[in-house]
Amino acid sequence: MISHTDIAYLARLSRLAMSDADLAVFMPQLQQILAYIEQLRALDTTGIEPTAHVLPLRNVTRADDVGASLPQAAALQSAPQVGDGFFCVPAVIE
Amino acid sequence: MAQYEAVIGLEVHVQLNTATKLFCRCRNHFGDPPNTNVCPVCLGLPGALPVVNQAAVAHAVKTGLLLNCTIAAFSKFDRKHYFYPDLPKAYQISQYDLPVCRAGWLEILLNEQPRRIGITRVHMEEDAGKLMHDEGGGGSVVDLNRTGTPLLEIVSEPELHSPDAAYAYLTTLKQLISYLGVSDCNMEEGSLRCDANVSVRPVGVTTLGTKVEIKNMNSFKGVHKALSYEIERQTKAVSAGQAIVQETRLFDTVQEKTVSMRSKEEAHDYRYFPDPDLAPMTFSAAQVEAVRATLPELPRARKERFAAQFALSDYDATLLTSERAMAEYFEATVQAGASGKAAANWIANNLLTALNAAHLTLAQCRITPAQLADMIALVESNAISSTNAKNDVFPVMFATGASPQAIVDEKGLRQVSDTTQIDAWVRAALEQNPAVMAALTSGKAKAAGTLVGAVMRLSQGKANPALVNARIAELTRAYLPPPPEPA
Ligand SMILES: [Zn+2]
Repeated sequence: MISHTDIAYLARLSRLAMSDADLAVFMPQLQQILAYIEQLRALDTTGIEPTAHVLPLRNVTRADDVGASLPQAAALQSAPQVGDGFFCVPAVIE
Repeated sequence: MAQYEAVIGLEVHVQLNTATKLFCRCRNHFGDPPNTNVCPVCLGLPGALPVVNQAAVAHAVKTGLLLNCTIAAFSKFDRKHYFYPDLPKAYQISQYDLPVCRAGWLEILLNEQPRRIGITRVHMEEDAGKLMHDEGGGGSVVDLNRTGTPLLEIVSEPELHSPDAAYAYLTTLKQLISYLGVSDCNMEEGSLRCDANVSVRPVGVTTLGTKVEIKNMNSFKGVHKALSYEIERQTKAVSAGQAIVQETRLFDTVQEKTVSMRSKEEAHDYRYFPDPDLAPMTFSAAQVEAVRATLPELPRARKERFAAQFALSDYDATLLTSERAMAEYFEATVQAGASGKAAANWIANNLLTALNAAHLTLAQCRITPAQLADMIALVESNAISSTNAKNDVFPVMFATGASPQAIVDEKGLRQVSDTTQIDAWVRAALEQNPAVMAALTSGKAKAAGTLVGAVMRLSQGKANPALVNARIAELTRAYLPPPPEPA
Protein backbone atom coordinates (compact mmCIF):
# COMPACT_ATOMS: atom_id res chain seq x y z
CA MET A 1 0.00 0.00 0.00
CA ILE A 2 1.32 3.38 -0.93
CA SER A 3 1.19 6.02 1.76
CA HIS A 4 0.94 9.78 1.82
CA THR A 5 4.57 9.90 2.89
CA ASP A 6 5.63 7.84 -0.14
CA ILE A 7 3.84 10.19 -2.50
CA ALA A 8 5.20 13.29 -0.81
CA TYR A 9 8.72 11.81 -1.13
CA LEU A 10 8.26 10.97 -4.81
CA ALA A 11 6.85 14.41 -5.46
CA ARG A 12 9.85 16.04 -3.82
CA LEU A 13 12.30 13.86 -5.80
CA SER A 14 10.52 14.90 -8.99
CA ARG A 15 10.25 18.54 -7.89
CA LEU A 16 6.47 18.43 -8.28
CA ALA A 17 4.23 20.55 -6.07
CA MET A 18 1.29 18.40 -4.92
CA SER A 19 -1.78 19.78 -3.21
CA ASP A 20 -4.07 17.58 -1.13
CA ALA A 21 -6.53 17.73 -4.02
CA ASP A 22 -3.80 16.43 -6.37
CA LEU A 23 -2.99 13.67 -3.93
CA ALA A 24 -6.61 12.60 -3.90
CA VAL A 25 -6.47 12.22 -7.69
CA PHE A 26 -3.08 10.54 -8.02
CA MET A 27 -3.10 8.21 -4.99
CA PRO A 28 -5.69 5.81 -6.46
CA GLN A 29 -4.00 5.92 -9.87
CA LEU A 30 -0.64 5.01 -8.41
CA GLN A 31 -2.31 2.26 -6.35
CA GLN A 32 -3.63 0.74 -9.56
CA ILE A 33 -0.25 0.89 -11.25
CA LEU A 34 1.42 -0.74 -8.27
CA ALA A 35 -1.27 -3.39 -8.13
CA TYR A 36 -0.50 -4.24 -11.74
CA ILE A 37 3.20 -4.45 -10.95
CA GLU A 38 2.31 -6.86 -8.14
CA GLN A 39 0.54 -9.09 -10.66
CA LEU A 40 3.63 -9.13 -12.85
CA ARG A 41 5.78 -9.87 -9.85
CA ALA A 42 3.78 -13.01 -9.19
CA LEU A 43 5.10 -14.54 -12.43
CA ASP A 44 7.97 -16.96 -12.17
CA THR A 45 10.87 -15.33 -14.05
CA THR A 46 13.53 -17.79 -13.01
CA GLY A 47 16.07 -18.20 -15.80
CA ILE A 48 14.76 -15.26 -17.83
CA GLU A 49 17.31 -12.57 -18.71
CA PRO A 50 16.26 -9.10 -17.55
CA THR A 51 15.30 -6.94 -20.52
CA ALA A 52 17.82 -4.15 -21.03
CA HIS A 53 16.07 -2.75 -24.07
CA VAL A 54 12.74 -3.51 -25.72
CA LEU A 55 14.17 -3.43 -29.26
CA PRO A 56 16.58 -6.11 -30.53
CA LEU A 57 19.22 -3.44 -31.22
CA ARG A 58 22.86 -3.68 -30.12
CA ASN A 59 25.94 -1.47 -30.57
CA VAL A 60 24.39 1.55 -32.22
CA THR A 61 27.37 3.87 -32.43
CA ARG A 62 28.74 6.69 -34.56
CA ALA A 63 32.20 7.81 -35.69
CA ASP A 64 34.03 10.43 -33.61
CA ASP A 65 33.55 13.21 -36.21
CA VAL A 66 32.72 16.77 -35.23
CA GLY A 67 29.35 18.06 -36.47
CA ALA A 68 27.69 21.44 -36.26
CA SER A 69 26.69 22.84 -32.87
CA LEU A 70 24.00 25.46 -32.38
CA PRO A 71 24.88 29.17 -32.54
CA GLN A 72 25.08 30.56 -29.01
CA ALA A 73 21.98 32.75 -29.48
CA ALA A 74 19.94 29.73 -30.61
CA ALA A 75 21.18 27.67 -27.67
CA LEU A 76 20.08 30.35 -25.23
CA GLN A 77 16.84 31.44 -26.89
CA SER A 78 14.41 29.38 -24.82
CA ALA A 79 15.96 30.22 -21.45
CA PRO A 80 13.98 32.54 -19.18
CA GLN A 81 17.12 34.47 -18.24
CA VAL A 82 20.51 34.78 -19.96
CA GLY A 83 23.53 37.08 -19.76
CA ASP A 84 27.01 37.25 -21.34
CA GLY A 85 26.41 34.01 -23.20
CA PHE A 86 25.43 32.10 -20.05
CA PHE A 87 22.18 30.65 -18.75
CA CYS A 88 21.30 32.53 -15.56
CA VAL A 89 19.80 30.57 -12.67
CA PRO A 90 18.94 31.35 -9.06
CA ALA A 91 21.99 31.35 -6.78
CA VAL A 92 23.13 27.85 -5.90
CA ILE A 93 25.04 27.74 -2.65
CA GLU A 94 26.87 24.70 -1.40
CA MET B 1 45.25 2.19 23.34
CA ALA B 2 44.24 0.32 20.21
CA GLN B 3 46.12 0.99 17.00
CA TYR B 4 43.95 2.09 14.10
CA GLU B 5 44.33 1.61 10.41
CA ALA B 6 42.76 3.63 7.62
CA VAL B 7 40.72 2.07 4.85
CA ILE B 8 40.58 4.16 1.68
CA GLY B 9 38.81 3.66 -1.62
CA LEU B 10 39.19 6.12 -4.48
CA GLU B 11 36.78 7.14 -7.22
CA VAL B 12 38.60 8.74 -10.10
CA HIS B 13 36.89 10.45 -13.02
CA VAL B 14 38.91 10.99 -16.19
CA GLN B 15 37.70 12.99 -19.16
CA LEU B 16 38.35 11.19 -22.42
CA ASN B 17 40.10 13.22 -25.11
CA THR B 18 37.81 12.26 -27.99
CA ALA B 19 37.12 14.85 -30.70
CA THR B 20 33.39 14.88 -29.91
CA LYS B 21 31.15 14.40 -26.91
CA LEU B 22 29.83 11.05 -25.71
CA PHE B 23 26.35 11.21 -27.25
CA CYS B 24 26.45 14.05 -29.81
CA ARG B 25 28.82 15.48 -32.40
CA CYS B 26 29.57 18.72 -30.55
CA ARG B 27 33.26 19.44 -30.07
CA ASN B 28 34.75 18.06 -26.83
CA HIS B 29 36.97 21.05 -26.16
CA PHE B 30 37.99 23.14 -23.15
CA GLY B 31 38.19 26.94 -23.16
CA ASP B 32 35.69 28.01 -25.85
CA PRO B 33 33.14 30.85 -25.34
CA PRO B 34 30.23 29.65 -23.15
CA ASN B 35 27.43 27.62 -24.72
CA THR B 36 29.00 27.40 -28.17
CA ASN B 37 29.67 23.63 -28.21
CA VAL B 38 26.07 22.67 -27.57
CA CYS B 39 23.24 21.08 -29.55
CA PRO B 40 19.74 19.72 -28.84
CA VAL B 41 21.22 16.46 -27.46
CA CYS B 42 23.57 17.96 -24.88
CA LEU B 43 21.13 20.76 -24.04
CA GLY B 44 18.57 18.10 -23.21
CA LEU B 45 15.96 19.49 -25.59
CA PRO B 46 12.84 17.33 -25.96
CA GLY B 47 12.97 14.80 -28.78
CA ALA B 48 16.76 14.80 -29.18
CA LEU B 49 18.30 11.33 -29.32
CA PRO B 50 21.78 10.36 -28.11
CA VAL B 51 24.09 8.13 -30.21
CA VAL B 52 27.20 6.61 -28.62
CA ASN B 53 30.63 7.78 -29.76
CA GLN B 54 32.53 4.62 -30.77
CA ALA B 55 35.91 6.19 -29.94
CA ALA B 56 34.78 6.72 -26.35
CA VAL B 57 33.73 3.06 -26.13
CA ALA B 58 37.10 1.98 -27.54
CA HIS B 59 38.88 4.17 -24.95
CA ALA B 60 36.83 2.58 -22.17
CA VAL B 61 37.72 -0.95 -23.29
CA LYS B 62 41.42 -0.03 -23.61
CA THR B 63 41.43 1.48 -20.13
CA GLY B 64 39.72 -1.61 -18.74
CA LEU B 65 42.40 -3.84 -20.27
CA LEU B 66 45.11 -1.51 -18.97
CA LEU B 67 43.66 -2.06 -15.49
CA ASN B 68 43.46 -5.85 -15.94
CA CYS B 69 39.66 -5.79 -15.88
CA THR B 70 37.19 -8.23 -17.36
CA ILE B 71 35.39 -6.58 -20.27
CA ALA B 72 31.66 -7.17 -20.08
CA ALA B 73 30.14 -9.32 -22.80
CA PHE B 74 27.01 -7.21 -22.36
CA SER B 75 26.85 -3.64 -21.09
CA LYS B 76 24.20 -0.92 -21.02
CA PHE B 77 23.63 2.72 -20.12
CA ASP B 78 21.31 3.83 -17.34
CA ARG B 79 19.80 7.12 -16.29
CA LYS B 80 20.78 8.58 -12.93
CA HIS B 81 18.27 11.18 -11.81
CA TYR B 82 18.92 14.33 -9.82
CA PHE B 83 18.20 18.01 -10.16
CA TYR B 84 20.97 20.52 -10.54
CA PRO B 85 21.30 23.53 -12.85
CA ASP B 86 24.36 22.08 -14.64
CA LEU B 87 22.41 18.94 -15.64
CA PRO B 88 19.91 20.04 -18.30
CA LYS B 89 18.13 16.68 -18.76
CA ALA B 90 17.74 16.30 -14.98
CA TYR B 91 19.39 12.90 -15.39
CA GLN B 92 22.94 11.87 -16.15
CA ILE B 93 23.52 9.01 -18.56
CA SER B 94 25.77 6.62 -16.65
CA GLN B 95 26.15 2.88 -16.10
CA TYR B 96 24.62 1.19 -13.09
CA ASP B 97 24.78 -2.59 -12.84
CA LEU B 98 26.44 -3.56 -16.13
CA PRO B 99 29.55 -1.37 -16.54
CA VAL B 100 31.93 -1.93 -19.46
CA CYS B 101 34.74 -3.15 -17.18
CA ARG B 102 34.95 -4.80 -13.79
CA ALA B 103 37.21 -6.76 -11.42
CA GLY B 104 40.70 -5.57 -12.32
CA TRP B 105 43.77 -4.41 -10.48
CA LEU B 106 46.48 -1.79 -10.59
CA GLU B 107 49.98 -2.50 -9.37
CA ILE B 108 51.55 0.31 -7.38
CA LEU B 109 54.96 0.64 -5.73
CA LEU B 110 54.80 1.32 -2.01
CA ASN B 111 58.12 1.60 -0.17
CA GLU B 112 59.59 0.06 -3.32
CA GLN B 113 57.42 -3.02 -2.90
CA PRO B 114 54.87 -3.85 -5.62
CA ARG B 115 51.28 -4.08 -4.38
CA ARG B 116 48.11 -4.87 -6.28
CA ILE B 117 45.12 -2.62 -5.62
CA GLY B 118 41.79 -4.02 -6.76
CA ILE B 119 39.71 -2.11 -9.30
CA THR B 120 36.03 -2.69 -8.63
CA ARG B 121 34.77 -1.28 -11.93
CA VAL B 122 35.29 1.20 -14.72
CA HIS B 123 32.14 2.68 -16.20
CA MET B 124 31.27 5.26 -18.85
CA GLU B 125 29.21 8.34 -18.13
CA GLU B 126 28.65 11.87 -19.35
CA ASP B 127 30.02 14.96 -17.62
CA ALA B 128 27.77 17.75 -16.37
CA GLY B 129 28.04 21.41 -17.39
CA LYS B 130 29.79 24.11 -15.44
CA LEU B 131 28.01 26.15 -12.81
CA MET B 132 29.67 29.39 -11.73
CA HIS B 133 28.66 31.57 -8.85
CA ASP B 134 28.26 35.24 -9.49
CA GLU B 135 30.65 37.18 -7.27
CA GLY B 136 28.10 39.98 -6.98
CA GLY B 137 25.73 37.56 -5.27
CA GLY B 138 23.12 38.02 -7.99
CA GLY B 139 22.77 34.41 -8.99
CA SER B 140 24.63 31.60 -10.73
CA VAL B 141 25.45 31.17 -14.40
CA VAL B 142 25.68 27.97 -16.43
CA ASP B 143 27.93 27.01 -19.34
CA LEU B 144 26.90 23.73 -20.97
CA ASN B 145 29.98 23.26 -23.20
CA ARG B 146 31.24 20.50 -20.88
CA THR B 147 27.85 18.74 -20.74
CA GLY B 148 28.12 15.35 -22.39
CA THR B 149 31.92 15.14 -22.28
CA PRO B 150 32.83 11.42 -22.07
CA LEU B 151 34.04 10.35 -18.63
CA LEU B 152 35.34 7.11 -17.20
CA GLU B 153 34.74 6.54 -13.52
CA ILE B 154 37.39 4.24 -12.09
CA VAL B 155 36.46 2.82 -8.70
CA SER B 156 39.09 1.13 -6.54
CA GLU B 157 38.47 -1.48 -3.88
CA PRO B 158 38.90 -0.15 -0.32
CA GLU B 159 42.43 -1.56 -0.27
CA LEU B 160 44.53 1.54 0.29
CA HIS B 161 45.67 2.08 3.86
CA SER B 162 47.60 5.34 3.91
CA PRO B 163 47.75 8.74 2.19
CA ASP B 164 51.05 7.60 0.63
CA ALA B 165 49.36 4.54 -0.89
CA ALA B 166 46.55 6.73 -2.27
CA TYR B 167 49.13 9.09 -3.73
CA ALA B 168 51.04 6.22 -5.35
CA TYR B 169 47.79 4.82 -6.75
CA LEU B 170 46.87 8.16 -8.31
CA THR B 171 50.28 8.87 -9.83
CA THR B 172 50.49 5.35 -11.26
CA LEU B 173 46.96 5.54 -12.65
CA LYS B 174 47.67 8.93 -14.22
CA GLN B 175 50.93 7.70 -15.75
CA LEU B 176 49.29 4.62 -17.26
CA ILE B 177 46.26 6.45 -18.63
CA SER B 178 48.49 9.15 -20.11
CA TYR B 179 50.56 6.38 -21.75
CA LEU B 180 47.40 4.99 -23.24
CA GLY B 181 46.69 8.45 -24.65
CA VAL B 182 42.96 8.40 -23.85
CA SER B 183 43.00 11.40 -21.49
CA ASP B 184 45.16 14.41 -20.70
CA CYS B 185 44.80 13.58 -16.98
CA ASN B 186 45.27 17.19 -15.93
CA MET B 187 43.86 17.59 -12.43
CA GLU B 188 44.24 21.38 -12.50
CA GLU B 189 42.12 21.62 -15.67
CA GLY B 190 39.66 19.10 -14.32
CA SER B 191 40.34 16.31 -16.81
CA LEU B 192 41.12 14.07 -13.81
CA ARG B 193 39.08 14.32 -10.60
CA CYS B 194 39.24 12.27 -7.45
CA ASP B 195 36.88 11.60 -4.56
CA ALA B 196 37.83 9.42 -1.60
CA ASN B 197 35.97 7.17 0.82
CA VAL B 198 37.74 6.87 4.15
CA SER B 199 37.11 4.99 7.36
CA VAL B 200 39.26 3.80 10.25
CA ARG B 201 39.17 0.56 12.25
CA PRO B 202 41.26 -1.04 14.96
CA VAL B 203 44.12 -3.06 13.50
CA GLY B 204 43.12 -6.69 13.20
CA VAL B 205 39.43 -5.99 12.69
CA THR B 206 38.19 -7.03 9.25
CA THR B 207 34.83 -5.26 9.10
CA LEU B 208 34.70 -1.69 7.82
CA GLY B 209 34.08 1.37 9.98
CA THR B 210 31.60 4.09 9.03
CA LYS B 211 32.92 5.77 5.92
CA VAL B 212 33.13 9.43 5.05
CA GLU B 213 33.28 10.70 1.48
CA ILE B 214 35.72 13.52 0.73
CA LYS B 215 35.31 15.78 -2.28
CA ASN B 216 36.90 18.92 -3.67
CA MET B 217 40.52 17.77 -3.72
CA ASN B 218 42.10 19.45 -6.73
CA SER B 219 45.62 18.05 -6.74
CA PHE B 220 47.34 14.79 -5.77
CA LYS B 221 49.03 16.65 -2.91
CA GLY B 222 45.58 17.90 -1.88
CA VAL B 223 44.34 14.28 -1.76
CA HIS B 224 47.30 13.37 0.45
CA LYS B 225 46.66 16.28 2.82
CA ALA B 226 42.90 15.73 2.95
CA LEU B 227 43.36 12.02 3.75
CA SER B 228 46.00 12.71 6.41
CA TYR B 229 43.69 15.22 8.09
CA GLU B 230 40.64 13.00 7.86
CA ILE B 231 42.37 9.86 9.16
CA GLU B 232 43.65 11.79 12.15
CA ARG B 233 40.23 13.32 12.78
CA GLN B 234 38.48 9.93 12.66
CA THR B 235 41.15 8.17 14.73
CA LYS B 236 40.85 10.80 17.47
CA ALA B 237 37.06 10.59 17.43
CA VAL B 238 36.95 6.79 17.54
CA SER B 239 39.64 6.63 20.25
CA ALA B 240 37.51 9.00 22.32
CA GLY B 241 34.54 6.70 21.88
CA GLN B 242 32.68 8.99 19.48
CA ALA B 243 30.75 7.67 16.50
CA ILE B 244 31.72 8.70 12.96
CA VAL B 245 28.85 10.26 11.04
CA GLN B 246 28.40 8.95 7.52
CA GLU B 247 28.58 12.15 5.50
CA THR B 248 30.26 14.02 2.66
CA ARG B 249 33.05 16.40 3.63
CA LEU B 250 34.72 19.01 1.46
CA PHE B 251 38.46 19.62 1.55
CA ASP B 252 39.21 23.25 2.37
CA THR B 253 42.39 23.86 0.38
CA VAL B 254 43.27 27.01 2.34
CA GLN B 255 42.88 25.65 5.87
CA GLU B 256 43.94 22.17 4.72
CA LYS B 257 41.15 20.39 6.55
CA THR B 258 37.92 18.62 5.70
CA VAL B 259 34.62 20.31 6.53
CA SER B 260 31.19 18.72 6.74
CA MET B 261 28.95 19.70 3.83
CA ARG B 262 25.94 19.85 6.15
CA SER B 263 23.67 19.44 3.16
CA LYS B 264 20.34 17.84 3.93
CA GLU B 265 21.02 14.17 4.36
CA GLU B 266 18.37 13.17 1.88
CA ALA B 267 19.39 9.63 1.11
CA HIS B 268 20.55 9.52 -2.49
CA ASP B 269 17.73 8.09 -4.51
CA TYR B 270 18.83 8.33 -8.10
CA ARG B 271 16.09 6.05 -9.47
CA TYR B 272 18.41 4.40 -12.00
CA PHE B 273 16.81 2.65 -14.94
CA PRO B 274 18.08 1.50 -18.37
CA ASP B 275 18.14 4.36 -20.85
CA PRO B 276 15.56 3.46 -23.50
CA ASP B 277 17.25 5.84 -26.00
CA LEU B 278 20.46 3.82 -26.08
CA ALA B 279 20.94 0.28 -27.33
CA PRO B 280 23.03 -2.05 -25.14
CA MET B 281 26.61 -2.83 -26.15
CA THR B 282 28.20 -6.24 -26.59
CA PHE B 283 31.88 -7.16 -26.69
CA SER B 284 33.05 -10.47 -28.12
CA ALA B 285 36.23 -12.12 -26.92
CA ALA B 286 37.73 -11.58 -30.39
CA GLN B 287 36.98 -7.85 -30.25
CA VAL B 288 38.54 -7.57 -26.81
CA GLU B 289 41.67 -9.41 -27.94
CA ALA B 290 41.92 -7.13 -30.98
CA VAL B 291 41.90 -4.10 -28.68
CA ARG B 292 44.43 -5.72 -26.35
CA ALA B 293 46.80 -6.04 -29.30
CA THR B 294 46.74 -2.25 -29.74
CA LEU B 295 47.84 -1.46 -26.17
CA PRO B 296 51.13 0.46 -26.12
CA GLU B 297 54.27 -0.74 -24.39
CA LEU B 298 53.77 0.32 -20.76
CA PRO B 299 56.26 2.22 -18.60
CA ARG B 300 57.69 -0.70 -16.67
CA ALA B 301 58.30 -2.88 -19.75
CA ARG B 302 59.71 0.07 -21.62
CA LYS B 303 62.03 0.97 -18.77
CA GLU B 304 63.41 -2.55 -18.65
CA ARG B 305 63.89 -2.60 -22.41
CA PHE B 306 65.63 0.80 -22.41
CA ALA B 307 67.99 -0.25 -19.63
CA ALA B 308 68.92 -3.43 -21.50
CA GLN B 309 68.94 -2.16 -25.08
CA PHE B 310 70.74 1.14 -24.50
CA ALA B 311 72.76 0.31 -21.37
CA LEU B 312 71.09 3.09 -19.40
CA SER B 313 71.20 3.47 -15.64
CA ASP B 314 68.04 2.57 -13.76
CA TYR B 315 67.60 6.27 -12.98
CA ASP B 316 67.83 7.39 -16.61
CA ALA B 317 65.63 4.56 -17.85
CA THR B 318 62.96 5.44 -15.26
CA LEU B 319 63.13 9.14 -16.10
CA LEU B 320 62.98 8.60 -19.86
CA THR B 321 59.97 6.31 -19.61
CA SER B 322 58.04 8.37 -17.06
CA GLU B 323 56.05 9.92 -19.91
CA ARG B 324 55.24 8.30 -23.21
CA ALA B 325 56.14 11.45 -25.17
CA MET B 326 59.60 11.51 -23.61
CA ALA B 327 60.21 7.83 -24.26
CA GLU B 328 59.22 8.37 -27.88
CA TYR B 329 61.43 11.46 -28.19
CA PHE B 330 64.36 9.47 -26.84
CA GLU B 331 63.80 6.58 -29.22
CA ALA B 332 63.42 8.91 -32.18
CA THR B 333 66.74 10.57 -31.27
CA VAL B 334 68.44 7.19 -31.16
CA GLN B 335 66.80 6.19 -34.42
CA ALA B 336 68.22 9.37 -35.98
CA GLY B 337 71.72 8.13 -35.20
CA ALA B 338 72.57 9.18 -31.64
CA SER B 339 73.96 6.67 -29.17
CA GLY B 340 71.55 5.78 -26.37
CA LYS B 341 73.92 7.09 -23.74
CA ALA B 342 74.47 10.49 -25.41
CA ALA B 343 70.77 10.91 -26.19
CA ALA B 344 69.87 10.05 -22.59
CA ASN B 345 72.42 12.55 -21.24
CA TRP B 346 71.33 15.40 -23.45
CA ILE B 347 67.63 14.79 -22.82
CA ALA B 348 67.90 14.23 -19.08
CA ASN B 349 70.44 16.96 -18.37
CA ASN B 350 69.91 19.68 -20.93
CA LEU B 351 66.58 19.33 -22.65
CA LEU B 352 64.46 18.72 -19.53
CA THR B 353 66.19 21.53 -17.63
CA ALA B 354 65.53 23.95 -20.49
CA LEU B 355 61.90 22.84 -20.82
CA ASN B 356 61.29 23.23 -17.08
CA ALA B 357 62.89 26.67 -17.02
CA ALA B 358 60.73 27.78 -19.95
CA HIS B 359 57.59 26.10 -18.52
CA LEU B 360 57.14 24.12 -21.74
CA THR B 361 56.10 20.54 -22.39
CA LEU B 362 57.95 18.19 -24.70
CA ALA B 363 55.15 18.61 -27.24
CA GLN B 364 56.03 22.32 -27.43
CA CYS B 365 59.77 21.67 -27.79
CA ARG B 366 61.27 23.25 -30.92
CA ILE B 367 64.24 20.89 -31.15
CA THR B 368 63.30 17.81 -33.16
CA PRO B 369 64.82 14.45 -32.21
CA ALA B 370 66.67 14.46 -35.57
CA GLN B 371 68.22 17.86 -34.80
CA LEU B 372 69.32 16.69 -31.37
CA ALA B 373 70.90 13.62 -32.98
CA ASP B 374 72.68 15.88 -35.51
CA MET B 375 74.08 18.03 -32.72
CA ILE B 376 75.30 14.96 -30.86
CA ALA B 377 76.97 13.78 -34.08
CA LEU B 378 78.77 17.15 -34.42
CA VAL B 379 80.15 16.76 -30.87
CA GLU B 380 81.14 13.14 -31.34
CA SER B 381 82.95 13.83 -34.63
CA ASN B 382 84.83 16.67 -32.88
CA ALA B 383 83.36 19.22 -35.27
CA ILE B 384 82.31 21.26 -32.21
CA SER B 385 83.40 21.04 -28.60
CA SER B 386 80.87 19.82 -26.07
CA THR B 387 81.25 23.17 -24.27
CA ASN B 388 80.27 25.02 -27.44
CA ALA B 389 77.44 22.59 -27.95
CA LYS B 390 76.13 23.23 -24.45
CA ASN B 391 76.61 26.97 -24.30
CA ASP B 392 76.29 28.21 -27.86
CA VAL B 393 74.46 25.70 -30.02
CA PHE B 394 71.88 23.98 -27.82
CA PRO B 395 70.34 27.20 -26.40
CA VAL B 396 69.87 28.65 -29.91
CA MET B 397 68.34 25.41 -31.16
CA PHE B 398 66.01 25.47 -28.17
CA ALA B 399 64.97 29.08 -28.71
CA THR B 400 64.68 29.12 -32.50
CA GLY B 401 64.36 25.56 -33.75
CA ALA B 402 67.31 26.19 -36.11
CA SER B 403 69.43 23.22 -37.23
CA PRO B 404 72.72 22.73 -35.36
CA GLN B 405 74.75 22.88 -38.61
CA ALA B 406 73.27 26.28 -39.46
CA ILE B 407 74.08 27.64 -36.00
CA VAL B 408 77.64 26.25 -36.06
CA ASP B 409 78.25 27.81 -39.48
CA GLU B 410 76.67 31.11 -38.62
CA LYS B 411 78.60 31.48 -35.36
CA GLY B 412 81.78 30.02 -36.85
CA LEU B 413 81.99 27.46 -34.08
CA ARG B 414 83.48 24.59 -36.02
CA GLN B 415 86.20 23.12 -33.83
CA VAL B 416 89.79 23.53 -35.10
CA SER B 417 91.76 20.29 -35.15
CA ASP B 418 94.43 21.55 -37.53
CA THR B 419 97.85 20.99 -35.87
CA THR B 420 99.60 23.87 -37.69
CA GLN B 421 96.97 26.34 -36.50
CA ILE B 422 97.02 24.98 -32.95
CA ASP B 423 100.84 25.11 -32.84
CA ALA B 424 100.71 28.77 -33.90
CA TRP B 425 98.31 29.49 -31.01
CA VAL B 426 100.53 27.60 -28.55
CA ARG B 427 103.63 29.62 -29.62
CA ALA B 428 101.70 32.89 -29.38
CA ALA B 429 100.49 31.89 -25.89
CA LEU B 430 104.07 31.16 -24.82
CA GLU B 431 105.24 34.55 -26.05
CA GLN B 432 102.44 36.28 -24.15
CA ASN B 433 103.40 34.47 -20.94
CA PRO B 434 107.12 34.96 -20.19
CA ALA B 435 106.51 33.82 -16.60
CA VAL B 436 105.40 30.41 -17.87
CA MET B 437 108.47 30.23 -20.09
CA ALA B 438 110.69 31.02 -17.07
CA ALA B 439 108.96 28.39 -14.95
CA LEU B 440 109.43 25.80 -17.69
CA THR B 441 113.14 26.49 -18.09
CA SER B 442 113.57 26.13 -14.33
CA GLY B 443 112.09 22.63 -14.63
CA LYS B 444 108.44 23.19 -13.58
CA ALA B 445 106.65 21.08 -16.23
CA LYS B 446 103.24 21.67 -14.63
CA ALA B 447 103.40 25.38 -15.59
CA ALA B 448 102.50 24.33 -19.15
CA GLY B 449 98.95 23.64 -17.98
CA THR B 450 98.26 27.34 -17.55
CA LEU B 451 98.71 27.77 -21.31
CA VAL B 452 95.48 25.87 -22.07
CA GLY B 453 93.29 28.80 -21.12
CA ALA B 454 95.38 31.22 -23.19
CA VAL B 455 95.19 28.96 -26.26
CA MET B 456 91.43 28.55 -25.90
CA ARG B 457 91.07 32.34 -25.67
CA LEU B 458 93.25 32.88 -28.74
CA SER B 459 91.16 30.34 -30.67
CA GLN B 460 87.90 31.85 -29.38
CA GLY B 461 87.05 28.49 -27.87
CA LYS B 462 87.31 26.67 -31.17
CA ALA B 463 90.51 24.70 -30.63
CA ASN B 464 90.03 20.97 -30.08
CA PRO B 465 90.86 20.68 -26.34
CA ALA B 466 92.43 17.22 -26.53
CA LEU B 467 94.69 18.35 -29.33
CA VAL B 468 95.58 21.55 -27.48
CA ASN B 469 96.76 19.54 -24.47
CA ALA B 470 98.81 17.26 -26.70
CA ARG B 471 100.46 20.12 -28.64
CA ILE B 472 101.28 22.10 -25.48
CA ALA B 473 102.98 19.04 -23.98
CA GLU B 474 104.89 18.50 -27.19
CA LEU B 475 106.01 22.10 -27.82
CA THR B 476 106.95 22.98 -24.21
CA ARG B 477 109.16 19.92 -23.78
CA ALA B 478 111.99 21.76 -25.54
CA TYR B 479 112.13 24.41 -22.81
CA LEU B 480 112.48 21.94 -19.96
CA PRO B 481 116.02 21.25 -18.70
CA PRO B 482 117.29 17.84 -19.76
CA PRO B 483 116.63 15.04 -17.26
CA PRO B 484 119.69 14.27 -15.11
CA GLU B 485 121.98 11.59 -16.50
CA PRO B 486 121.58 8.31 -14.67
CA ALA B 487 124.55 7.90 -12.35
ZN1 LIG C 1 25.84 18.46 -28.37
